[in-house]
Amino acid sequence: MTPDLECVDLVKRFGATTAVDNVSFCVPPGSFFSILGPSGCGKTTIMRMIAGFLEPTSGDIRIKGGTVLDTPPNKRPVNMVFQHLALFPMMTIADNIGYGLRRKGMARDQIARKVDEALERIGLPGIGARKVDELSGGQKQRVAIARCMVLEPDVLLLDEPLGALDLKLREHMKIELKALQAEFDTTFVYITHDQSEALVMSDQIAVMNAGRFEQVGTGQDLYYRPQTPFVAGFIGEANRWKGRIERVEGAMLEMRTETGLAMRATGSGTLSKGDAAEIFVRPESIHLAASDAALSDFDNRLQGKVTSILFNGAASRVLVEDDAGETLEVTLPQTGEFASMERGATVHIGWRAAQAICFGGGD
Amino acid sequence: MRSHARIGFVLLLTPLVLWLGLLIIIPHIDMLLISLRERISFGVYEPSLAQYQKALTEPLYLRTFWRTAVMSVLATAITLVIAFPVAYYIAKMARGRLQQVLFMLCLIPFYVSELVRTFGWMILLRETGLISNLLQWAGLADQPVEMLYNDAAMMVGLVYTSMLFMVVPLVTTLESLDDSVVEAGYDLGGGGISVLREIIIPHAMPGIVSGCIVVFMLSLGNYLTPTMLGGKDSLWFTEMIYNQFIVRSNWELGATFGFMLLVLSSVIVWGMLRLTGRTLQETMG
Repeated sequence: MTPDLECVDLVKRFGATTAVDNVSFCVPPGSFFSILGPSGCGKTTIMRMIAGFLEPTSGDIRIKGGTVLDTPPNKRPVNMVFQHLALFPMMTIADNIGYGLRRKGMARDQIARKVDEALERIGLPGIGARKVDELSGGQKQRVAIARCMVLEPDVLLLDEPLGALDLKLREHMKIELKALQAEFDTTFVYITHDQSEALVMSDQIAVMNAGRFEQVGTGQDLYYRPQTPFVAGFIGEANRWKGRIERVEGAMLEMRTETGLAMRATGSGTLSKGDAAEIFVRPESIHLAASDAALSDFDNRLQGKVTSILFNGAASRVLVEDDAGETLEVTLPQTGEFASMERGATVHIGWRAAQAICFGGGD
Repeated sequence: MRSHARIGFVLLLTPLVLWLGLLIIIPHIDMLLISLRERISFGVYEPSLAQYQKALTEPLYLRTFWRTAVMSVLATAITLVIAFPVAYYIAKMARGRLQQVLFMLCLIPFYVSELVRTFGWMILLRETGLISNLLQWAGLADQPVEMLYNDAAMMVGLVYTSMLFMVVPLVTTLESLDDSVVEAGYDLGGGGISVLREIIIPHAMPGIVSGCIVVFMLSLGNYLTPTMLGGKDSLWFTEMIYNQFIVRSNWELGATFGFMLLVLSSVIVWGMLRLTGRTLQETMG
């Protein structure tokens, strides 16, 4: 099947800086594709090149198999939901949604019908005569999407559209966006720096850093099987140790940390004895126990002192300082078992080698 | 404390009340009274509408009155057409230092007095002036060309004098236009003209209206430019007011003309606001 959107060896340079460095990807029809990265990583540049506001230095952008490099933004079969939505404040909601249809020269009554249909679809029937500033944040969001969707674009680009909303509404809009995407059955390309937005909504996520794609995969791939240290550190939280490899047994490794601890982990890539390496362990993969005996089937075990309890409901953590003086973040299970834990208490922690991922380098 | 606050309030209000009272309200009441009387003999006056009758029946007065109004509207329109792209470039296309420099360049001509600026145009446009010599040197004219003392020269002067007062409000409103709104206009299939018509101009409307009001009033009340650059046929209404007051010492008719100008500008500004569907409050606030 021809992908809806395909970028081939896309490069964009601004003077001496390379904002987008040789990025290639494919977005299959009807899927929700996210580009996730810290601010300044080049994700907005990619989006603006797809929309046609920037010209790539080299490479190709294809929509439904055909190149669009020579097509101006107002003729491209892609539409964009802007970061601050960019609804036209001087027009009513109906005129906003009908704007693109008027540009196509559609008959007036037909536009009115299409606008009503679109308002129905986003669950806001009868608001056509209102002004933009009479709507709430979430309603504006839906109108901005409807304004693009009436044009039936091949690809809808969304540039961090949830950034301006408050937390509660953002959580709600995540679910709603996903539902709208299914409703309109259109390819969405979504850019964000918020991993939870990307993880919840996307079929495929590309993690971007410093102009390059670090890894492309499903949310599960990125979370359970990160391929680079950046992805391991960026998706979710992680405790990390640096050190040198001491032993290699197939995929199993043993590393001696800088503070002298021996740790077992799963390697990715080719590491051999003596290499500098870095181990990532998520706080939620670490088990807490009152005695060492309870942790006997874990590959890595440590003893430490609780230095701080970071209470945050279900996402509570404890900071544990091990004997070597390093502080680890450990998820505090809310099963009642550790309800009486206090600062200064001695605890035992352990994790399996399979949940400790080791990457080379790390200097 | 309360009495202190009250004294402070009175002190702050005094200059405004003095300014409004002494310079605007009292002179205008006096002008109105003067315009509504007729001189019978030395030092003897009678209330009458004779001045208004004279002003409205004498063809020269009436013709100058309407000509001034039409030319001022025209000057405002030309200023808008020239200033809009300039303001758009300064507000939206130029970045950083360039933006500041361009804005300064608009401002610098206003460092010198209007008189000097108008003389500058005379140096360029007169028979022995720069442009005339240039045309002769290029062989496009075989004798000195006089470009002064006609309506075109006067219009050039009026537009040039008013430019800044149109550019400033336009730059201010255009700067507040979010770039992404313009981009969204293109993204959704709009071309340059439709984006200008449906997005940029509606957004800039407050700036356009307030700029037009200021420029129109400046043109209508301009004395120097029409006198210096205009010809015998380009009589401006302010010149007639000056003539009545200073040359003819006919204060009654002068005051009548002054009042007619006040009514004219009020009516046209009101019409402009009605036409664009705005209130004075929105435009000035």
